[in-house]
Amino acid sequence: MNNVLVYCELSEQNRIADISLELCTKGRQLATQLQGRLQAVVLGHKVEGLEKQLYLYGVDEVFMADDERLAPYRTLPHFELLSAVIKEQHPDIVLFGATSVGRDMSPRIASYLRCGLTADCTTLEIGSHTDAKTKQTYENILLQMRPAFGGNIVATIVSPETRPQMATVREGVMKKEVLDATYKGSLTRIATDGRLDKADKAVRIISREIKEQSINIKPASIIVAGGYGMGSKENFQLLHQLADAIGGEVGATRAAIDAGFTESERQIGQTGVTVRPKLYIACGISGAIQHTAGMEESGKIISINTDPNAPINSIADITIVGDAVAIVPQLIACYNNNLK
Amino acid sequence: MRIIVLAKQVPDTRNVGANAMNPNGTINRAALPTVFNPEDLKALEMALRVKNQMPNTTVTVITMGPPRAEEIIRDARNRGADDGFVLSDARFAGSDTLATSYALAQAIRSAGDFDLVFCGRQAIDGDTAQVGPQIAEKLGLPQITYAEALESVSEQEIVIRRRLEQGVETVCAALPVLVTVTSAAPDCRYPHAHRLLRFAKTPVEVRNADDVQPDFARLGLAGSPTKVKKVDNVVLAHKDNVHLEPTEDNLNEMMKNLINEHII
Repeated sequence: MNNVLVYCELSEQNRIADISLELCTKGRQLATQLQGRLQAVVLGHKVEGLEKQLYLYGVDEVFMADDERLAPYRTLPHFELLSAVIKEQHPDIVLFGATSVGRDMSPRIASYLRCGLTADCTTLEIGSHTDAKTKQTYENILLQMRPAFGGNIVATIVSPETRPQMATVREGVMKKEVLDATYKGSLTRIATDGRLDKADKAVRIISREIKEQSINIKPASIIVAGGYGMGSKENFQLLHQLADAIGGEVGATRAAIDAGFTESERQIGQTGVTVRPKLYIACGISGAIQHTAGMEESGKIISINTDPNAPINSIADITIVGDAVAIVPQLIACYNNNLK
Repeated sequence: MRIIVLAKQVPDTRNVGANAMNPNGTINRAALPTVFNPEDLKALEMALRVKNQMPNTTVTVITMGPPRAEEIIRDARNRGADDGFVLSDARFAGSDTLATSYALAQAIRSAGDFDLVFCGRQAIDGDTAQVGPQIAEKLGLPQITYAEALESVSEQEIVIRRRLEQGVETVCAALPVLVTVTSAAPDCRYPHAHRLLRFAKTPVEVRNADDVQPDFARLGLAGSPTKVKKVDNVVLAHKDNVHLEPTEDNLNEMMKNLINEHII
C-alpha cells in the first residue's frame, strides 16, 4: 500500500503536538505523490475529538485508542498498539517526531519490523534509487536527507528493500499548514481490552514534573545568535542586551551550549529548533551545516565573525569581519542613537 | 547482580578533519582521533553506582568495533568495571543501527544471565539514539530512555529519573531492564591508579561473529536496511553579500537602515 502513517504525540494539554501536525503536513504531500492515503495514530486518554484537528491537515484515516493506561506516554503500552496497527495497515512510510517520545518509540518499532529508520531528517522526498552494485532501480521510494558527521555533508539515506520506510524529524523543521478546513477523514477506534495488561506492568511512572516551556525562541521575529566564538557565558550576556534592545530572542549553536554559554532551549539547528525570523544576527558563528540547516531561511542574515572565510558568510546578506564581543555593544549604542 | 554496559569508541567529532569521510559516504575512522563515547561513560558510572549499592555485583562492558576498541575495555576496567570484551569482526562492517543492535543483542546473549543493561542514549558520531531501544526489543526487555539519575535499586527493581524536553519523570521498572543514559547524568569517576596497575597486563578478550552465534544474513551491510544513496558536500547558496568594515559610521548606517526598513 502507498500509505503514509504519522505517529501522533500529545502535548501536556492533551492536544495534538505541533511536531505531529508538521509531520501530517509533510505526510500529506508524500501520500499525494504516492497516490496513497494519509493515516495517523493517536494513543492517549480522553482524546475523543482530536481526530477533527487532524482532518484539517489532510489526514484520511485516524486510528485512535482511548485508555487511561496510554497517558502519560509509556513505551510498552504504546508499542503494543502502534506495532499492531502498522503490521495490519502495511504503510509504505511511517513518520515520527525526533522528540523524547518519538526517539523512544521509533527504534523499537524498527527493530520489531526489521525495517530502516533514519534519524533527524531535514528533507523528505519521493524519488528513485539505483543500487550501485545490483543496478536495480527502485521507484517512488523515500529519499531521506540528513546532515551528517562533522557538519559539512548531507547524506541521502534510502531503505529500498524493507517496508515501512521510517524517519524521524525534529520539531520545527517541516512547516505546519492546514490543508482544507472541510477535509473529510474517517475514524477507526482501536480496542484496548486485554491488550495492555502485560505492557502496563513493566514500567510505572512514580512522578512527573513537566514545566510549561519557559524559553521558546521559535516565534521570535528577530534572533541574535551566538556561537562558540563568543568565548564565554559573560560575553553571551552582550547578546541578551542586544536582543532586549531590538526586541529579539537569543539563540545559540550546539557548540556554544555544550560549552555552557546558555540554555539548551536556545539551540538552533539540526538537533535544536528551526527558526525563520525576519532578522538573524550571527555572532561568532562559523556556520556548520547542522546550524545553518536551522536558520538559512531567515529573512536577513548579518554575520559578525573574525574569520572572513567563515562558511556562514556565504549565506549572509551583510558580513562584518571583526570581534562580535567588541561590535555587539557598538550595535546597541548605534540603535539607541538612531531612536533619538 | 550482573550488569552489562554497552560502550562505543567513537571518532572525536569535535575534531574533524577534511579526510573524515570515505568517497563512498562511510566514515574514515582511521583518520580520526577516538574517544570513549561521552554518554556511554555516564552509563558506566550509573552501573558502577548500582554496584556500589548492591553487594556481589559484576559489571561487564561490551564494545563493538575494530580491535583497537580494546582501549574502551581497559579504560572501563580502570574506572571500576570487572571485565568485558570487544566484539570485532570484518563481517560486521557496514552495519547500520539495526544490524548493530542485532550483533550487540547476540553478544549480550553470549555473555550469560544479566539483570540490567546500561548504555549511552546516543553516540556522538551518529546521534541517532536508536541502538539502545532496538537492543531492548530484541532481548524482550522494557526500556528506560533518557535516564539522568539512579534513584534507587534492589534485587527486584530500579527507580530512574528521566530527563525529558520540558521536565523530569521518575519511573520504576522490574528487572531485567535496559536503561539509556543521557548527558545530564553524573560524570564518570576517574581511573584508579591501583586498578591501572592491577589490570595493566590483563589481556582484553575479543569475540568474533561466530562466538555470538548469529544469523549471518542479519549482520553487516546485508543486515542493514538503510543505505547511503549519496553524500553531498554542502555548498551554501551564495548570496550577494555586503562586506562591512566595522567602523562606527558603517555600524550606525546599518542600524539606521534596519530601523527604516522596519526590520527592527
